[in-house]
Amino acid sequence: MVSALFPLRLENAEMRRSGRVLVGPVNLELLGEETTVIIGPNGAGKTSLLKLMHGIGRLSGGRIIWACSIDKARYRQSFVFQTPIIMRRTVLKNLIYPLILRGQSRPTAETLCKEVAEQTGLTGVLGRDALSLSGGEKQKLALARALIVKPEVLFLDEPCAVLDGRSTREIEDILKQVAKVGTCLIMTTHNIGQAQRLADNVVFLLGGRVHECTKARDFFNAPQTTEATMFLNGDIVE
Amino acid sequence: MQDLREGLINAFWLLATFDSDLVEITLRSLQVTITALMVASVIAMPLGTFLAIKRFRYRRLIVAVLNALMGLPPVVVGLIVYILLSRSGPFGVFGLLFSPTAMIIAQVIIMVPLIASITHQTIREIWSEYRDLMISLGASKVQRIQALLWDGRRPLLTASLAGFGRGIGEVGAIMIVGGNIDHATRVLTTAIALETGRGDFGLALGLGFILILLAIIVNFAIHMFAQTERQSLW
Repeated sequence: MVSALFPLRLENAEMRRSGRVLVGPVNLELLGEETTVIIGPNGAGKTSLLKLMHGIGRLSGGRIIWACSIDKARYRQSFVFQTPIIMRRTVLKNLIYPLILRGQSRPTAETLCKEVAEQTGLTGVLGRDALSLSGGEKQKLALARALIVKPEVLFLDEPCAVLDGRSTREIEDILKQVAKVGTCLIMTTHNIGQAQRLADNVVFLLGGRVHECTKARDFFNAPQTTEATMFLNGDIVE
Repeated sequence: MQDLREGLINAFWLLATFDSDLVEITLRSLQVTITALMVASVIAMPLGTFLAIKRFRYRRLIVAVLNALMGLPPVVVGLIVYILLSRSGPFGVFGLLFSPTAMIIAQVIIMVPLIASITHQTIREIWSEYRDLMISLGASKVQRIQALLWDGRRPLLTASLAGFGRGIGEVGAIMIVGGNIDHATRVLTTAIALETGRGDFGLALGLGFILILLAIIVNFAIHMFAQTERQSLW
């Protein structure tokens, strides 16, 4: 089922910092069906584009339009950062924090927390200081904290960039489960293998601009641009 | 060495006999410093937090001034407070000079830059970690400040202890504004200065050891109370 937040439209969306264009102008429409992966080399503007969509990056020009009001849209989204942001608390207190912000009582929050902890394999570490977790566990915690509010859209910024193979597989398994229950995933990666495993749609970004936006199988089987072909062949594209 | 030995014996003797003068000046030392610390914390912590998370013109200048004021000479503070509180000064009508209140005012002025500066650095560091998460989660300004103060409570406690250390050992300012009056404004540090001036090094050292002991006990008690070393309880 497609979330009522979609379609998401970007009209000439642009982000500039100190006179330098990081993203844009981007014109794009996402329908919220399945998983969209924004792919491109380092410095392509993937993170900036994702932050613009989520609303934590400031637009320098253009518009981003959700199907509902921006406040409503933000309330139904979550974001997982490339480097997990872990609060200086226990794992349990990190997990329940978004619910407490939304006015949930602590007992209710803790009940929901147990459910998500089980799903993400964090049940055994709930009482631990979150900063003492391993890299993989920290990313799982960040993911669990994003999932606890049951978002309709989950933004993920290279969620496995700093993880080893095993942790990457665990995170990908969780993401597949989440996508299966109807959450729309919009994620960035420069890992072609991960994009092939997870993507239903691909947005190929280079130099802050969208070069291709298509179905994943079409992108990987028959890329339309030279840059995309070079990128998929492992050549250096700038 | 003779003086040191005599000082230790004196300290032990004063403590063992529960000397009434010692109890009085120790309690006054604690009363003045703890009151000043509470007032200074109430002013300095919100100020440091505000400077850490709010961007405005001249913020850097204010932070630089605040950092510079950490080295504020207590004697100068004492002199300024003296002038302000003296009969001919703007606050002379309140009759506060040579009272514990005047000593508290001087200590607050000395403590505020130190606590505010440490708070600013602590909160700035946590804010740089949390900023994107807080915005993403839609936390309100009040919720953000609550989270920053709560998660920074241990370094903030250290800031308070630094303020306490600066206050309890301070002599220049409180000597000027308090006057070291027996049974009125005499505290441990001014008593030490007095006994040293009189040449009674044994008693001065004895009081000095008690002052050190007091500072250690207060610090230790606060650490135990706040469980700063037990991360599992975060």
